[in-house]
Amino acid sequence: MAADRRVLTGEHFMTGDHACAEGALAAGCSFFAGYPITPSTEIAERMALRLPQVEGVFIQMEDEIASMNAILGAAWGGAKTMTCTSGPGFSLMMENLGLGIVMETPTVLVNIQRGGPSTGLPTLVGQADMMQARWGSHGHYEIIALCPNSPQELFDHTLKAFNLSEQYRIPVLVMGDESVGHMSEKVVIPPADELKITPRNYTKKKPGAYWPHEVGDDDIPEMVKAGDGYRIHVTGLTHDKRGYPIIDAKTQDWMVRHLIDKIQKNKHKIIEVEEIELEDAEVCIVSYGISSRVSYRAMELARDAGIKCGMLRLITAWPFCEDKIRELAPRLKAFVVVENNFGQMSLEVERCACGKCLTRLVPHAGGDIHDPEVVLKAIKETVR
Amino acid sequence: MNKTAATGPSTVYEDDLRVHPMAHFLRMDRMPHIWCSSCGLGSTMTCFIMGLKESGLDEEKVAVVSGIGCSGRMAGYLNLDSFHTTHGRAIPFATGLSLANPDLRVVVLSGDGDIAAIGGNHLIHAARRNQDMLIVCVNNFTYGMTGGQAGPTTPVNARGTTAPYGAYEYPFNLPYLAMASGATYVVRWTALHLRRLKNSIAEALPKKGFRFIEVISPCPTAYAHLNRLGSGLDLMRAYHDNSVIKHGADPREADIGFTGKIIVGKFLDSERPTFRDLMVENVARKARGGR
Repeated sequence: MAADRRVLTGEHFMTGDHACAEGALAAGCSFFAGYPITPSTEIAERMALRLPQVEGVFIQMEDEIASMNAILGAAWGGAKTMTCTSGPGFSLMMENLGLGIVMETPTVLVNIQRGGPSTGLPTLVGQADMMQARWGSHGHYEIIALCPNSPQELFDHTLKAFNLSEQYRIPVLVMGDESVGHMSEKVVIPPADELKITPRNYTKKKPGAYWPHEVGDDDIPEMVKAGDGYRIHVTGLTHDKRGYPIIDAKTQDWMVRHLIDKIQKNKHKIIEVEEIELEDAEVCIVSYGISSRVSYRAMELARDAGIKCGMLRLITAWPFCEDKIRELAPRLKAFVVVENNFGQMSLEVERCACGKCLTRLVPHAGGDIHDPEVVLKAIKETVR
Repeated sequence: MNKTAATGPSTVYEDDLRVHPMAHFLRMDRMPHIWCSSCGLGSTMTCFIMGLKESGLDEEKVAVVSGIGCSGRMAGYLNLDSFHTTHGRAIPFATGLSLANPDLRVVVLSGDGDIAAIGGNHLIHAARRNQDMLIVCVNNFTYGMTGGQAGPTTPVNARGTTAPYGAYEYPFNLPYLAMASGATYVVRWTALHLRRLKNSIAEALPKKGFRFIEVISPCPTAYAHLNRLGSGLDLMRAYHDNSVIKHGADPREADIGFTGKIIVGKFLDSERPTFRDLMVENVARKARGGR
């Protein structure tokens, strides 16, 4: 009954923010909690309109701290859940992003990035939350973050984020940006039966035989939901496989290693990049989100100027594609990293290049996007 | 027969004196608990278990959410679906849990620092929305786990480790705050009023909407020690001598000072549509039923 209204199959001319909301609905999201903040508000508005149509719950919380907690609670109540935010709200969500990671809770957090720090540029673009996405909550953990560069990808990657969150029992970040969120483009939504949807991995074990953090061969624990008779306990404290707090170094070592391993051991399945004209390249642009679209133009200009330039577009920012950078570095003159900040993903590129080629950052403070000519100039300087 | 209920649901033979009479409701593999002798948290948890039994609710459909602090450990000791969240965030977590699974009865068991200080904003907004949850807020006037710092319920002139000269800010009157924010059921007891507390929990558990029970509780190790209030027994005597039961009292008159009377009782028992009621009746029907 609700399926036909859940998936808006067809071709649409749609903003990225709205496409994000539709991707969530198509993935089976039935609970959204959020707080209005530019430039992500249109996602919340769309969810407020659409969720009641498919028997879902929309709630506008008192702040982003509450929003992040509500989606964790609702996930343990059995729903697929999401929130969205931008800069200052992303900062407020960091506390309980950590709770979601430690409780191993599947959920999706969308950040439509704007210029910062602080209140910064509410209506203008930035990409300076990339390291916050990686390390923003205290403690050591692994995270999954995706970087859509079009409204179509905001649909596709939001859906994919839900699937990854279910597969790895982890909050997944969708790191959009204001330009991609606010632009309108063609978005194709496939028929519902052609969508690949990962259901929640509910345990088949009987109550009494199940523990919320017990892992099998694949390092990923199975899920239950509250009310099914399992009498689970989960906590933000360091815990053992039972979810019971154990405050000692040995348990901490087991738990933190588990949180790292379940992503690191599966990173080859998780990481997605787009390789463009890299076969003969001596310069490789590394970029993502809106900056990758400017970079594509710069790459064309460089090719026109006779420079063998290609591009590695990050679709998955975290876990980082370390092996791909290591593979490319020895046969390149340079990586040219184009991002709307003063060097965040470029630090990773430089780390993994290990000095085997030059890493050149093309920075931008935010507020608008790179001029392709500026990127071209940087490319030319690296091959001079 | 000697069968203990270590984990999960299992049979308890109540006539077997070797088994704790509440073992079925407790995670016995987590005992002993961390609470000090004569703390009110043990009594509160006992009242919760007895109230839950008396309510007749299916215990597998009852979920408990706690925040941080001594009181936050209640979730971990109860053999129910239980969630130990971050400091102050039990209420918004419970909001999501309850909305996602309307079959659940969601209970927040936490302390005054957790619910009224760092979680104060969540408290008033969940009450405003009349969100389906029962709050049992154990108020010991201090941050016990971290050693007795002053907090938003510390009476003026009472000492804390961060108020060595006595507190000089006004405390919250929690029943008044809850009622003014929109709670539909507001009760206060002390850790001495165990039967009445148990009855209130049994009464409140099956109700709908935002229900708030404050339990005035001794903290013998930190608050009572810093303020030279004597032993746990002395505190019980003080509750006995100073408590005044006034059902239906205006909670504005129920301020708690460093000394003086503590007004307890059922201040409010009312009904109004909950968040879910309004959502289902208004929004969802219109959204699905066309224009």
